[in-house]
Amino acid sequence: MSLMLMLGISLTVAAGVLLALSRDLFRLIVGLAVLGSATNLIVFMAARPGSLIPPLVEAGTQQLSTAAANPLPQALVLTAIVIGFALLCFALVLGAWLAGNSAGDADQLRDAEPAATDAVKPPVLEP
Amino acid sequence: MLVLSPLLVPLITALLTALLARHAAMQTRVSVLGAATQLIFAAMLLIDVLQGGRQSVALGNWPLPYAIEFAADALSAAMVLIAALLGFATVLFGRHWNETGMGMPGLQPLLHGLLAATAAVFLAADLFNLYVWFELMLISVLGLLVLGGKRRHGDAAFKYFAVSMLGTLLMLGAVGMIYGATGHLNFSALRAASIQPGLAGALPAYIGLLLLAVLLKAGAFPLFAWLPASYHTLPAPLLALVGGLLTKVAAYVLLRLLADVFVATPGVLIEALGWLALATMLSGVLGAAYHWDLRRILAFHIVSQIGYLLFGIALATPAGAAGTVFFLLHNILVKAALFLIAGLMWASAGHYDLRRIGGLYLARPLLAVLFLVSAFSLVGVPPTTGFWGKFLLLREAFDQGRYVWGGVALAVGLLTLYSMSKIWVEGFWKPHPMQQPDHGPAQLRPAATALPATAYTAVMLLSLVILIMGIFPDPFIRYVDAATARFWTGALR
Repeated sequence: MSLMLMLGISLTVAAGVLLALSRDLFRLIVGLAVLGSATNLIVFMAARPGSLIPPLVEAGTQQLSTAAANPLPQALVLTAIVIGFALLCFALVLGAWLAGNSAGDADQLRDAEPAATDAVKPPVLEP
Repeated sequence: MLVLSPLLVPLITALLTALLARHAAMQTRVSVLGAATQLIFAAMLLIDVLQGGRQSVALGNWPLPYAIEFAADALSAAMVLIAALLGFATVLFGRHWNETGMGMPGLQPLLHGLLAATAAVFLAADLFNLYVWFELMLISVLGLLVLGGKRRHGDAAFKYFAVSMLGTLLMLGAVGMIYGATGHLNFSALRAASIQPGLAGALPAYIGLLLLAVLLKAGAFPLFAWLPASYHTLPAPLLALVGGLLTKVAAYVLLRLLADVFVATPGVLIEALGWLALATMLSGVLGAAYHWDLRRILAFHIVSQIGYLLFGIALATPAGAAGTVFFLLHNILVKAALFLIAGLMWASAGHYDLRRIGGLYLARPLLAVLFLVSAFSLVGVPPTTGFWGKFLLLREAFDQGRYVWGGVALAVGLLTLYSMSKIWVEGFWKPHPMQQPDHGPAQLRPAATALPATAYTAVMLLSLVILIMGIFPDPFIRYVDAATARFWTGALR
């Protein structure tokens, strides 16, 4: 199980890094999302998964049975998914807006910093 | 519950201001009131901590190592108070401020969301909780960055997003692996677990990953390019809040993690941090020397000052930590004040670019005096806060025999003086480039005959605190000494 998870994480990280290194804004966003999934898997794996017994306290007892799965990493991953999803949605809208303004490529993100016209002095910004 | 109040008050204010989105005047009033309330609660918390020591509240109905803990010790309480003061000054300054990106209905909720998240990072005593609030800070700033709605705002927000997201993922992965190695997330439990001998193999690598994530968010060398590429698109009050606070929050987290939680971090990581600090200081101040845009000059100085903070952390002693905390408090105030003054210079002279403005010394003498207070403080001229901050750090560095580190820090101070004199000469002394010879001493932008009084009040409030901290540093130095006395030693609270 751990070996399979590890291989899966490696493949996901590789795919995420490949996409995130692209200069196309949407590939970059998708790459970061894939990297986010890989990170969630890492958090999940850090808790040494193995038990398939759900972490529910049995009726009549006060404590979780020691054979049950660890519920904490699942809670952590859930939180991370929520945050990652919110950021992904924001980034997709921002990317669509930038693409609509003819900047679908990372090289075209030049408006905040116009190209220097002088080798020594930085460009004068418009107000 | 007083521990949670600096976090709950801005959350409630954010909610109220979001509900009042259609009533601009009412929304601003609620916002100022909310910021003032947070300031009062933060001061009460500080008094509480001074009298009763560390205050903590455990949420989730679990016993302590497993509950979600919020705690305020002397360091957290001071940071919360200074952040609340900055929040209040920002909201006050922005009340009648007219610049691209201001006056949007979404601004006040996002601003208070940012204040809540910052306070929560200072108060968090749990690694995962720290990560969550860090993310909320990032989300608020992303919202603030796009409010302007121009192409340049989108560009800046996208760059900020891509780099911050990478930092976020590194941080989450590191938190997960540290949990896997130690089985804990609570700071006290993590400290106890990290000094167990059995963990010496894997834990340093995970801590290194966590440090990398925090350093990315702090804007350390060589990962600072996102900072001057995005911050300058914000309007002046937001720039002061974001530029004054965010990277400093990351520096606080670094200090907390290294000096208080993972006290057994191997020396090689600390040594590397020290050299990174020097590179950060130098690259920041040299970048600032190249630029002419006020906001970019100051943004590069953020990077340079982060170098001083990393340098103080890398000294790895309680005295070094005390100097770092003093410098942190000083730098948040001074940096924010300088950004606000840059905003006032823009409003008076019509441009942020130093090549297009001038004549402010005759036209706005009060502004010139306020600039001098903050600029001298940033450079470290005695008796200002910057002098005491650098004095504490350098004394400790020379005591430890770190002559190279101390020497570079001194040289960077000199280069800071160069940048500040550039602003002084170009912005204040030389005549305005568009000035007609027969138009009297100072012809300025016609629309800016009167600056908003609230804006001046906010800058004067910050300058007053800077002056008090500089002229009477004794109680503040004693406070930071007490706050960091047990740092780096592994001693329990």
